[in-house]
Amino acid sequence: MSDSEKFPIDVFPEAEDMDLRPGADSCYKCSTCDTSCPVAEVDDDFPGPKFQGPEQWRLKRKEDVSVDESVMKCSNCMRCDGACPAEVPLSQMHNTARGEYVREEMSMLSREYWRNRILANYGTLARVGSKVPRLTNAIMGNSVVQRVNEKFLGITAEREFPDFATETFVEWFEARGGAKVQSDEKRVAYFHGDYANYNTPEVAKALVRVFEHYGYEVAVPDQRCSGTPMFANGMLDDARRAAKFNVEIFHDLVSEGYDIVCSCTSCSMALRQEYPELFSFDGTAEVAAHTYEALEYLRIYEDVEGDLKGANPDVPDLAYHAPCHARNQGLDGQAVNLFADLDGVSVTDVGDSCSGISGTYGWKEENYDTSMKIGEEMFEHMDDAPGETGLTECPTCAMQMGHGSGYEIRHPLEVVESALVE
Amino acid sequence: MIESDVLVIGGGLAGATAALSAAREGADVRLVSHKESTLRNASGLIDVLGYHDGDLLADPFSTLDNLPEGHPYERVGAEAVEDGLALFDEVLGDLYAGSHTEKNALVPTTGGAVKPTARYPKTVAPGLASDTNEMLLVGFETLTDFDAPLAAEHLENAGVPFEVRGVTARFPMLRADAKITRYAKVLDTNEKGIRSQLVEAIKPHLGDAERVGFPAVLGHDHPEKVREALGRELGAEVFEVPSGPPSLPGMRLENTLFAALREAGVTIETGNPVVDFEDSNGRIDHVKVKRTHQHVPYFANEFVLATGGLVGKGITSSREGVREPVFDLHIPHPENRYDWFEDDAFGDHPFARFGVAVDTDLRPRDSAGAVEFENLRAAGGVLGGADFAAEKSGSGISLATGQFAGKRAAQQS
Ligand SMILES: Cc1cc2nc3c(=O)[nH]c(=O)nc-3n(C[C@H](O)[C@H](O)[C@H](O)COP(=O)(O)OP(=O)(O)OC[C@H]3O[C@@H](n4cnc5c(N)ncnc54)[C@H](O)[C@@H]3O)c2cc1C
Ligand code: SF4
Ligand code: SF4
Repeated sequence: MSDSEKFPIDVFPEAEDMDLRPGADSCYKCSTCDTSCPVAEVDDDFPGPKFQGPEQWRLKRKEDVSVDESVMKCSNCMRCDGACPAEVPLSQMHNTARGEYVREEMSMLSREYWRNRILANYGTLARVGSKVPRLTNAIMGNSVVQRVNEKFLGITAEREFPDFATETFVEWFEARGGAKVQSDEKRVAYFHGDYANYNTPEVAKALVRVFEHYGYEVAVPDQRCSGTPMFANGMLDDARRAAKFNVEIFHDLVSEGYDIVCSCTSCSMALRQEYPELFSFDGTAEVAAHTYEALEYLRIYEDVEGDLKGANPDVPDLAYHAPCHARNQGLDGQAVNLFADLDGVSVTDVGDSCSGISGTYGWKEENYDTSMKIGEEMFEHMDDAPGETGLTECPTCAMQMGHGSGYEIRHPLEVVESALVE
Repeated sequence: MIESDVLVIGGGLAGATAALSAAREGADVRLVSHKESTLRNASGLIDVLGYHDGDLLADPFSTLDNLPEGHPYERVGAEAVEDGLALFDEVLGDLYAGSHTEKNALVPTTGGAVKPTARYPKTVAPGLASDTNEMLLVGFETLTDFDAPLAAEHLENAGVPFEVRGVTARFPMLRADAKITRYAKVLDTNEKGIRSQLVEAIKPHLGDAERVGFPAVLGHDHPEKVREALGRELGAEVFEVPSGPPSLPGMRLENTLFAALREAGVTIETGNPVVDFEDSNGRIDHVKVKRTHQHVPYFANEFVLATGGLVGKGITSSREGVREPVFDLHIPHPENRYDWFEDDAFGDHPFARFGVAVDTDLRPRDSAGAVEFENLRAAGGVLGGADFAAEKSGSGISLATGQFAGKRAAQQS
């Protein structure tokens, strides 16, 4: 196979010098993208994806205008991408426009800039916070601190900060002596991202145990944030640094025969789609071509479907929400289908609405109400579904689900672990 | 390994119908669709056959038997059309009207034409042109697709049996470039008492009108509630004039269909196209779904191709010719590009009929007329032999052939 067959993505070869041009001309103004945008549905001030993408570019091309600030209201859910019949690369245009807006229009002295930068670089915060998890949890959970955050940083006081685990995933992995299974054929490198490491190590542990159950050698290399929150905040320089680091490390592993698996659907989205759309470091395309969502990977290479049939995991009835970024990778039906024949558990799909939080979006004071309005439909459907436990792949969707319903939220990998690994 | 009894490729009306009917036969069904359903663009009207040889048809069923060999209706027969409609009626329940008669209903369009159709959303029902009640059409400055005064004038010229006026009003509260989903949302939730505000804006124009037609933005989740509330306060029946794309009636239809698919246990995956396949001994072994960069194999016993026509990208054309891109199926078309069109812009263009040619089991045939693959059927817009736009038969063909292909696939699987 030639390289261009293997990596059919080099549509925009000079990704890094890109302006808003690509694809603008193929838009035929059908407005389908607008009808799939969860923000435009509830927010009067948001002109929608068609404007943010192709129209904004056309405007810029004709006149000397700058990127409109409304692009910061786009939550980067990428639903518009999946809707456009003309394959206009809308989210790529939005990411680029946001980057340009932050670079050229936003004051680095502004509250917004620093608030966004802090939110986007959650991993840095987490790295420090997780050193003294109990203390950090106590401080972050303190309502005075929350109100101060809202007042001075514009981070909503309505939300509870996620707890830091007392032992990070990486600490756990090292303490157990690394991989328990060695294999030359079956090797996966785990891109856990910050959240599974610092906040939900149980998800990451489930991944390791499930893959080891199937005989895989699991590598857990040093890594940085996938960049998703940075794309969403227009912090393209931060994203570039993180991406470059990740690409170098994971490209080496790919060369050694590893495939990359992720437990967060925004991470897999970043590695397989956003990286090659925005950057072109050596190895970007290879990393993208070898990245999978964890369960997706097992579905392709193992008979996980058959193994789960009739299994009897120790989990309650679950209300499943498909994250927008899972939808875009065609993974929206996966969990419900996989778990359909489990014994004693019902898994109900709560529909195709967006949860509304979209990463850092719903953390911003000015977006909180919009975020909850978008999520309303999901909350209602969760309420109608049997059981009082949620299920999703995305950590921030999980936050929103928990926040709006009071439910505890699990990850599909935890269900598989409970079903297959004793 | 990803496998199912039946794999349906494409998530438009034909694919959804095929998946649903296969699931109802007891098969384990997966539906893979590249983009979100094109139903979002369709009007939501279900046309079976509106015109034949240029003549408006009062009763589509009287003409089904006269269609030429190779037409999708001829391939599956009138019974499949009835089965397809029956499935549709059952799923849409109270949301649609028209099932009480075999006759076409006449629905006013945004352009002020009158369109023959077999099934229509209940929100459209009070607007039928066969009714004699006085009508007021209301357009909004901010929704330029619907020029109500002009539409009223056209309807009058078309000789409708009722009085009709049109006004352009301002929609309260929303900014000029609000999306149609935003209109629907505020009406659904009655944000800031928007329904009453809207009624106050319309009342001065009401006169003796007994029914009032709006662009189709009257709610996404609760259109009946919105319509009833507006109607009560106005003292007149309220209806929608189907418009778009994009189209809320199409989106409501999509929601209901996909909810029925989930209910029936169909696995749905959107976002990735089927790009290739492997076959052996005249059967498709598996197809390959492109997930960003990987080509992931999807195995099934039976396959249904419902990728649509030129709009849905089920058929592509270039200077070299006309192609079916997934299986490279044979598409009969004249060698010479100049024979694809008639000189007259509104003529009977051959290209409008381009599509896959099938046997009476809907299996695509090669240029010699032989079945290409034992376990592949085609349904909906990808089929050749019909001029959907001129005949007004798009949705009916999708329902009839989708239902037929899904059922046959499930029985064989
Ligand atoms: C603007 C518009 C207005 C319409 N108005 C009416 C009307 O008033 N009355 C009426 O009766 N009908 C109308 N129709 C037609 C009707 O709604 C259906 O579009 C028609 O029946 C064709 O349906 P289909 O399912 O065959 O194809 P489509 O609806 O075109 O669906 C094809 C699907 O297949 C997917 N697909 C394509 N290639 C691949 C691939 N390689 N892999 C996976 N998936 C793929 C596409 O993403 C799409 O979801 C209208 C259509 C449009 C677009
Ligand atoms: S990414 Fe999501 S929020 Fe942003 S424009 Fe597209 S659909 Fe709207
Ligand atoms: S869906 Fe695509 S083609 Fe249609 S308006 Fe949006 S960008 Fe343009």
